[in-house]
Amino acid sequence: MLPAPKPVVNPDTAEFWKATAEGRFLGRRCDDCGEAIWYPRPICPFCHSANTRWEEFTGLGSVYSYSVVHRAGGEWKGVTPYVLAYVELDEGPRMMTNIVDCDVDEVAIGDKVEVVFEDTGDGNALPRFRPVQSQSAQSQTAQSQTA
Amino acid sequence: MNANDAAVIIGAYEHPGRELPDKSLAQIHAEVAIGALADAGLTLDDVDGFFLGHDAPGYGGGWVSMAEYLGLRSLTYMDSTESGGASPIYHVSHAAAAIAAGKCNVALITLAGKPRTGIQPGGGGPLRPEDSFEMGMFTGAGLVSTYALAAQRHMYEYGTTSEQLAEIKVAATIHASHNPNAFLQKVMTVEDVVNSPLVADPLHRADCCLVTDGGGAVVVVSREVARSLNRQPVKILGQGEAAKLTDGGRVDLTYTSAVQSGPRAFEQAGVTVNDIDYVSIYDSFTITVLEILEDLGFCEKGEGGRFVMDGTLVAPHGRLPFNTDGGGLSNNHPGHRGGITKIIEAVRQLRGEANQGVQVPDCEIALVHGNGGDLGTRMRSATMILGRDA
Repeated sequence: MLPAPKPVVNPDTAEFWKATAEGRFLGRRCDDCGEAIWYPRPICPFCHSANTRWEEFTGLGSVYSYSVVHRAGGEWKGVTPYVLAYVELDEGPRMMTNIVDCDVDEVAIGDKVEVVFEDTGDGNALPRFRPVQSQSAQSQTAQSQTA
Repeated sequence: MNANDAAVIIGAYEHPGRELPDKSLAQIHAEVAIGALADAGLTLDDVDGFFLGHDAPGYGGGWVSMAEYLGLRSLTYMDSTESGGASPIYHVSHAAAAIAAGKCNVALITLAGKPRTGIQPGGGGPLRPEDSFEMGMFTGAGLVSTYALAAQRHMYEYGTTSEQLAEIKVAATIHASHNPNAFLQKVMTVEDVVNSPLVADPLHRADCCLVTDGGGAVVVVSREVARSLNRQPVKILGQGEAAKLTDGGRVDLTYTSAVQSGPRAFEQAGVTVNDIDYVSIYDSFTITVLEILEDLGFCEKGEGGRFVMDGTLVAPHGRLPFNTDGGGLSNNHPGHRGGITKIIEAVRQLRGEANQGVQVPDCEIALVHGNGGDLGTRMRSATMILGRDA
């Protein structure tokens, strides 16, 4: 288990962190230009509209890049090797995260992954990703990509 | 008048120390300030413009406390633009602009740090809006591992190899072996680099810059002041700045903001990549150098791995000699910030004062490029083109 400290919650992100406690992965979408926005904030960084809203993202994506980390400091020192990654969400944005529940030597760019929530013990959870195992989840990914 | 015609670099000094347990951070700033002014034939009493990044200790982004410490009594212009390790490259062009605007005549720029024997710089706590989504405490992301993400993606898209990245380190170690002050004196081979321990796959320990104490300073003055001094000036031909941000999550790790800062600098200088005799390229990691060389147009995007092979970067006879002091990879990366040493080595090359064995013959035009921030997230670039004074 990787360290899961409580996040810094601010008015921009309070709803996001609240949803994590219920296992829901929220993102922000702009109703004017239609873009999905990461990290969540109320002003669209693409068209600068304030007409944005929360949307439940699928929590599915693929590995855009990764690194197996062998040396780290602080609390992370004791959990090496672990995987730092960018996951490209099916909605478009790429987010920095960790790949968990995996053989670190097997992770590869392009791997399909799904969100998991790791409890911070403070009423919310950190979103991380694990390889998609089952056939049904695979086809779900394919569906969301064609949707 | 063009700001670049109004001002020249007249003094440059790199602290000889790499481990300075008995000096305060402020003292290192002071020593490099005095060193660069002495190189120009000036003293602290002549300084009316003061430029520092946030590596300076104290108030006002450092400049208030450092001006007080140094006893600078004649300041008419102060600038604490902070752009990570690239900050001094911004400061030189900002100083030139201030001089052109008549705001000051003698601009002092200093950088110093002591991460080897003192406290780490930076910090400030997780207060930025993006922090809970990517900061180290939440993802285990560190400086090496985020650059590793960029290296991994570059390898995936373009077939770049660890051996090719290692060529950059090898060239740096060859250069450092000619520099008696360099922290690393031993020449490394490609095998040495790829056999050094993996820190964050695919980056090895030898792909990373050094951790050194020390610092450096440069002095920029008006043409009029330069004429009164008996020291060879260096011309500022062009400069460009740019930022690359995470763009609502559409991160692309295969390029840097040099794709914008480079053309701006080339256009202002009225030169092309073919005119560049020497480059100081920010070298926090080998992958930093590789992406920047591509982004500045020294080779096509994705060709960097092949470009750096066969001694391209090795002085004095490689096609594009780089970081002939040994750079941050082998000489000095004071306070985790490589900007000032990049400027200083370019000044040495243009004055014909580089170390024996690495002086580029007839070096007329040099390019200095700094990358502040993080290849793996958000960054700022400053490109500067310098010329030998006729």
